[in-house]
Amino acid sequence: MFEEFLYLLRKRGLKVSLTEWVSLMEALNKGLHNSSFTGFYYLCRCLLVKSEADFDCFDRCFLDYFKDIPFHQEISQALLDWLEKSNAPLGEYDEQQAELSDQLSHNEIEALLKERKNEQREQHHCGNYWIGTHGMSTFGNMGMSPKGIRVGSEAVYKRAFRVAGERRFRDFREDSTLDIRQFQVALRKLRQFSGLVDLPRTQFDVDNTIQDTAQQGGMLKVRYKRPRENTVKILLLMDSGGSMEYYSSLCSALFRAVSKSGHFKELKIYYFHNCIYTRLYKNPIIDPRDSVPTDWALSNFSEDWKVIFVGDAQMDRRELEGHYCGHGEEGPRCGLDWLHLLRRRYPHIIWLNPSDRPNWGEEWSHSYDAIAELFPMFPLTVDGLEAGMRKLLVR
Amino acid sequence: MDKFKGSQNYVASEELMRAVNIAMVLQKPLLIKGEPGTGKTMLAEAIAATLEKKLIVWNIKSTTKAQDGLYVYDVVQRLYDSQFGGEGVDNIEKYVKLGKLGEAFTDREQVILLIDEIDKADLEFPNDLLWELDRMEFYIPETGRTVKANHRPVVIITSNAEKELPDAFLRRCVFHYIEFPDKELMAQIVRVHFPSLDEKLLTQVLEAFYKIRQLPQIKKKPSTSEMIDWIEALIHEGVDPGRIVSEVPYLGVVLKKNEDMDALRRNWR
Repeated sequence: MFEEFLYLLRKRGLKVSLTEWVSLMEALNKGLHNSSFTGFYYLCRCLLVKSEADFDCFDRCFLDYFKDIPFHQEISQALLDWLEKSNAPLGEYDEQQAELSDQLSHNEIEALLKERKNEQREQHHCGNYWIGTHGMSTFGNMGMSPKGIRVGSEAVYKRAFRVAGERRFRDFREDSTLDIRQFQVALRKLRQFSGLVDLPRTQFDVDNTIQDTAQQGGMLKVRYKRPRENTVKILLLMDSGGSMEYYSSLCSALFRAVSKSGHFKELKIYYFHNCIYTRLYKNPIIDPRDSVPTDWALSNFSEDWKVIFVGDAQMDRRELEGHYCGHGEEGPRCGLDWLHLLRRRYPHIIWLNPSDRPNWGEEWSHSYDAIAELFPMFPLTVDGLEAGMRKLLVR
Repeated sequence: MDKFKGSQNYVASEELMRAVNIAMVLQKPLLIKGEPGTGKTMLAEAIAATLEKKLIVWNIKSTTKAQDGLYVYDVVQRLYDSQFGGEGVDNIEKYVKLGKLGEAFTDREQVILLIDEIDKADLEFPNDLLWELDRMEFYIPETGRTVKANHRPVVIITSNAEKELPDAFLRRCVFHYIEFPDKELMAQIVRVHFPSLDEKLLTQVLEAFYKIRQLPQIKKKPSTSEMIDWIEALIHEGVDPGRIVSEVPYLGVVLKKNEDMDALRRNWR
């Protein structure tokens, strides 16, 4: 049955697997859709979609695929009988009424229908108010209204479509193909365990307990050891603004992955614009009032911190080599000097680049090459991130 | 098969009831996501109460390992006992203590198992439970025993989406996202908690509450539980319903952040 729907979902980017599809078939066999189309819609959704971010995409697929399928709705049997057995003569076409009805929205028509369903007690034909046949009202059968809901016979009262059509979950869409989880998994490789940290001895040490107990001729001696802890400290420096706007969703995926993985001993995130100068900024807005001096960072983060740059490394030659920043005679005089300073200070340092090497514009490729020469550079992809993590762990 | 239709103390939307029943018939875990305060945890309690079954809660913390839910082998106790010649040291079974999952499997009747806030745990945690939740059994190498579920428990899992869950795990679940209740459903929920609430107070509170939620400047949007607390405070102090929308008394119950309070004061009209 409707396997095409599965392929439509997959084509639109929902990762529906065979397991889930088989579950759906099983559920249908067991009648879990309660023989109603609305039930079918909810059944499909809760079995095939696993994130509220995908609800919107699912709704659209559902609408597209099932829009021409007729189905029946819960309308009282008496009403259906009136509609079925009607052989009333054709009513008069009422132009005025047609115009009025045409202005009604789907929601309004449905509200009206609900009202009538509760009010109506007898047959009606050729009218423009009740549910009936051959009439001008916006619902009923064989009617002449330009717009309306058909009730009975090939009843098409598509409540499920309305639910799907509302697209209530539009705001949940992420539209990002990149999986944060993959990033998170890659980041987990960044682990260095050490038993040397200053923690109380709380972990039961099996090997030494056996050793000592045996030494004492079977008298139990329980030994404890310090728990192992991840000692990795991360300093994340992200380029913000300008040419980085193109990669903002990619960078925010990385940012979310980094900040959600709580296994680092310490994590600090600062921002810069194009290149590092005298200050590092605490916000991507690059506000000098909310910043720290780069010198301060260099002296407060010792060399065992691992530094990750994220940036496209594309800037004007002056931004990299121009002498409009810095400390006068001593100390770094330009952006490139600052980068050299960081390179010397931190042995574990990588540069993640969301962009490829530019093929045009000598300016851009110049700065790209200069930075790629200075730092080990990796593309900001899942593979690149993994390779970068391995590089950071080399002692 | 029993059907879940909400309970006296818990108002469930139609979609949620459908999802619960689908999960029970298909015998798959039901994964519940949603804004904090939409009653994810209470759902399991309500299901247990309606079906008159025992509820076993496994609260997940950042340090929880999958193994903890199955069983713990108390080696230290056994070592001590062997020192002092305690009875039955040979019997390893005595030192194997079942975890929450093991408890749910071995219960004589079908139980409801709530795995609360699964996203708090390590990234690999859900993957480590795949086999156990799929086959409803696990093996204890120390005693050579296989613990098999007498009756498949109804498994409810809640998540606050702090971490992404692995695909393989998601594929085995029935998923439901609890939306924030609309005014109508909220009125129903409030009436469950305060059966004799003054209608005028209710409409005023609802109006003020949804107005607060719609302010884009508010960072932490108040949830159902805050709404309930607020009404309680208003009743207790006997506030005149006419003042609620204009003055928003006892705002501290609804908003928990200073910046949100300031934002509200600036933008309320």
